[in-house]
Amino acid sequence: MLVLVASSIGWYALFCLLGGTLGGIYQLDWPMPFGPALFAVDPLSALFLFPLFLVSGCVALYSLSYWPAAERSDSARLTLFVGVFTAAMVLVLLVRNGVLFLMAWELMALAAYFLLTTEQHNREAQKAGTIYLLATHSGTMALFALFSLLHRVTGSFLLPAPHSLSTSVTLEAVILVTALIGFGGKAGLMPLHFWLPGAHANAPSHVSAMMSGLMLKMGVYGILRTVLLFVDLPGWFGWLLLVLGGWSALNGIALAAGQRDLKRLLACSSIENIGIIFIGIGMALVGLQTGAQVLFICGFFGAFLHIVNHGLFKSVLFLGSGVVLHSSGTREMDRMGGLAKRMPVTAALFLVASLAICGLPPLNGFVGELFLYLGALYDGIASPLPVLALVAPLLALVGGMAAITFVKAYGTIFLGTARSTVAEHRHAADGPMVGPMLLLAVCCLAIGLAPLLLVRMVAPVVRFYSGADVNLADLGGLQIPLMPLTALNLLLLALIVVLAVCYRLRLHGLPKAASATWGCAYQAPSPRIQYTGTSFSEMMVNLVGYVAAPQRLKPVLAGFFPARTATFSYRPVELLLDRVLTPLFSWIGLAFSYMRRLQHGQLHIYVLYVFATLFVLMIWAH
Amino acid sequence: MIDIIIHCTVALLLPPLLLGVITKTKAAFAGRIGAPLLQSYYDIFKLFRKGSVFSTTTTWVFRAGPLVTLAATVTAALLVPLGRHNAPLSFDGDMVLFAYLFGLGRFFTTAAALDTGSSFEGMGAAREVTFSCLAEPTLFIALITLARMSGSLRLSTILTYPSPGLWLATGASMLLLVAALFIILLAENCRIPFDDPTTHLELTMIHEVMVLDHSGPAFGVILYSAALKLLVLGAVFVNVALPVSTGDSLEDWGLFVVAMLALAVGIGVVESVMARLRLLRIPQLLVGATILSAFGMLLVLR
Amino acid sequence: MNSLADQLLVLVMLINLIMLGSSRLIFSIRAVAAQGVILGILPGLIHPFSLHLTGITASVILAKGIIIPYLISDAVHKAHIRREVEPFIGYVPTLFLGAVFTALAFVFAEKLPLAPEHKELLFVPASIATLLTGFLILTTRRKAISQVIGYLVLENGIFVFGLLLTEAMPFMVEAGALLDLLVGIFVMGIVINQISQEFSSLDTSRLRALKEE
Repeated sequence: MLVLVASSIGWYALFCLLGGTLGGIYQLDWPMPFGPALFAVDPLSALFLFPLFLVSGCVALYSLSYWPAAERSDSARLTLFVGVFTAAMVLVLLVRNGVLFLMAWELMALAAYFLLTTEQHNREAQKAGTIYLLATHSGTMALFALFSLLHRVTGSFLLPAPHSLSTSVTLEAVILVTALIGFGGKAGLMPLHFWLPGAHANAPSHVSAMMSGLMLKMGVYGILRTVLLFVDLPGWFGWLLLVLGGWSALNGIALAAGQRDLKRLLACSSIENIGIIFIGIGMALVGLQTGAQVLFICGFFGAFLHIVNHGLFKSVLFLGSGVVLHSSGTREMDRMGGLAKRMPVTAALFLVASLAICGLPPLNGFVGELFLYLGALYDGIASPLPVLALVAPLLALVGGMAAITFVKAYGTIFLGTARSTVAEHRHAADGPMVGPMLLLAVCCLAIGLAPLLLVRMVAPVVRFYSGADVNLADLGGLQIPLMPLTALNLLLLALIVVLAVCYRLRLHGLPKAASATWGCAYQAPSPRIQYTGTSFSEMMVNLVGYVAAPQRLKPVLAGFFPARTATFSYRPVELLLDRVLTPLFSWIGLAFSYMRRLQHGQLHIYVLYVFATLFVLMIWAH
Repeated sequence: MIDIIIHCTVALLLPPLLLGVITKTKAAFAGRIGAPLLQSYYDIFKLFRKGSVFSTTTTWVFRAGPLVTLAATVTAALLVPLGRHNAPLSFDGDMVLFAYLFGLGRFFTTAAALDTGSSFEGMGAAREVTFSCLAEPTLFIALITLARMSGSLRLSTILTYPSPGLWLATGASMLLLVAALFIILLAENCRIPFDDPTTHLELTMIHEVMVLDHSGPAFGVILYSAALKLLVLGAVFVNVALPVSTGDSLEDWGLFVVAMLALAVGIGVVESVMARLRLLRIPQLLVGATILSAFGMLLVLR
Repeated sequence: MNSLADQLLVLVMLINLIMLGSSRLIFSIRAVAAQGVILGILPGLIHPFSLHLTGITASVILAKGIIIPYLISDAVHKAHIRREVEPFIGYVPTLFLGAVFTALAFVFAEKLPLAPEHKELLFVPASIATLLTGFLILTTRRKAISQVIGYLVLENGIFVFGLLLTEAMPFMVEAGALLDLLVGIFVMGIVINQISQEFSSLDTSRLRALKEE
């Protein structure tokens, strides 16, 4: 039995890798009539398939050692649903039929639900699962509306060909807004993000990696697909996406900065990255509307590159968090510390991914953001009223806050010394799980050093939208600096290497001593006096208190020797969920409690309901 | 070619002198003779010959911190034009890379500070990332405004564009930008009123407290990169604030060096007459700088 | 001359922002005084010299720059308060709001149907921005003295707008407005003293205690 499970995991991994090579080959349309169903691979789906196959393959390899079949009783279920989840996502990307799309979508959502409630007996996971289920089904409701509307326009459930749909202004607006609600909720766009932190935090780490790196992107895919259908888009839609994206980016990272739970932090930073992607899409659509080609190109390139990049580095981070979780036994960063000494490889990979997610050179995160900056700066010098130029300072602020968040995460987890005995006593080592992470991290570095590789891959997708070839070398007087970037990144790395070698040589000839960290003359330092992650980000969190708004419970101190029970507690609050939705739903629950009287278990009264309904319908029909 | 060689020479050799001039100015204000102008060079050389003490808590991140910071700062120094001369490397959007290179350096400096496990260094690191996060938008708004005036996206063009004529035409907004840039210069280089680089009260410092545990050559590298950063950001400021050109390349270099020394004197004066701000007022001042630069942008747009 | 007027108006707007960001009352009062002096200089820059003009300049500088600030700082000294302690909205958010309002003022000014010779100058946006700043101070600060300062800033905003019309503005109207203000400040000064004696604080939100139950 156990062997069977293990082999099925292996088979699944093979399947994913195999699928990866297949996805690379099919670049052309591949219509296959299947009843009314239509499957096709076009550049847009290929863009999403690439990280999908890469990441899910790595995740499968990782899960072999992370969730070993021999030790865990629930691994059969986990394996099954990971397979179903991946397959459903592939299906979502391939189908071109509304009904089938909804089926695949629902399959994906449900598989994610079962994955995230793998640890069934964990109450927190259950609660997160319920919130997720509610959120995803509200979104699906909007999608039902969307596809019915499309059916009304085209008369068939097949998705219309790109750039072919034109309809009345109102209907177009309704279709776009329903798509935004349905898909935006899945993508975690604010203010529909409330399910996301809980769901990502409570799933097994490799599942979180897939949810954050891949499933959120399905929402982005949905919006991009919908946008593609129309002949011309209303101007406000691009601005709406831009504003929502900016809002998500800023508030997402503000939320992330205040978190204590490592996986929640990563989840909130996913909101930020989705925000950045939507800034790019919004910029592109505004450019399309106003005829500013540079904005269009820069926006789409930025968004598409970031889609792939985020899939890569966020997966490394989540997989790394799994390793950390395994060895420290807690998700709370303030209880960890000093892990870099015991798992140097994980620490190094986590560092690479942290640098990438902050958008720092020479890694891949910088490339995507560079395109967005270029678009914003170009707007700053070229347009009469450069509102879009404000994207640049916004991104700078978001980048700065990302740096706070990830210096905090990396510093508290891996550096210093262990802050609690929990983190100290568990045996910890890198283990075989670092293999897949290494692969993904190398991809990050490769894209950062040679962005041209990925840009080449993304170019067909941009061409797919613009309908014309894109010449990046000359965009209305703007040159995209890909080659200089490569050169400078190499120069930077070379400088670092040269300096490191010189430093090493220099150190050899000099006396060297090891001692404890200087405690500013304090004689009895303990690990507990280290700065915690919470204190690290506190200043910033206070400045953005309107969104992060952590709850601080201060102890009441009485007398000279207060009782031991007086403790300070700090809990980050999710404003929308904890302050608005939960009270609202509990109020609704109360309000509808009288409805329960209708459910009393007496069969003949139920029959009466059926009869009454029938009667009412008959009267209504006439 | 000659310009590139002079650029590298000036960028590599001038920085410690700026620190010396600042100290000398402060000494003059305090009525002392003060350390010799070349003291920073002596310090750095001495540190390179000293042994190191490494805390047992630290990992390779601690050792990498100063080196990565120096590498990033040197790369950034290649992107910024000094005086009226184009930078050795320039391309569209190089200002983004310029800003992000400092970000890279900051990431490693703060990570190295956290690596020691000292609460003081963690405190300094937290302040450093928070304040620079608030300073960054100002830099971008100021650069966008200048880019709009010059119609280019290259730092070399943007920063050599300001001229006395431009000052006369758009004096108000240039003044606002210069004020904002000066605030950023002081904040990013951890000078008074944001940070006191000479204090020995660990609780009040930002930059100095982060590097408490570094010693020997690594500390020399840190001192040098701090000075280099002052030069690079100072060059941005000087290019906007003193846009004069003699027409002769060599004379311009001389002018630039004099301007940088004057800036160092200016910083010394500010440090002598001002007290360090309360920590809670610093974000206010930085947001104020952002608003100044945004206001300058608004005036240019009109 | 006009570009100099523009620079002074930029200074006026900067003073607005400074006032929003500062917590020290004495500092705010000095800033208002400085603003008043600048406003006094402005008419001389944009209109040809006349006796009427000299009168306005002198009276404005005297009233806005010297007498009123003196009266308020006197009240501050008597009431023994130095800074606004708990504004309803913090300093950084009000500063930010002030910046947003300033930007909006520019947008409004674009939309207004103005004479072309007025459109070029910063008078209209500056006056709207100053007006809005006054409102912001009035609504967000607690202390009675801060509110007086807000009222003054508001009046300055109106004055800047009036500058465009100095030729048409009868001297008497202007003088009447200033007199009103002066009397207002006197009344305020007396009231402030009374409040501080009665409640031993200048928190205007405590005035709710006077409400009939």
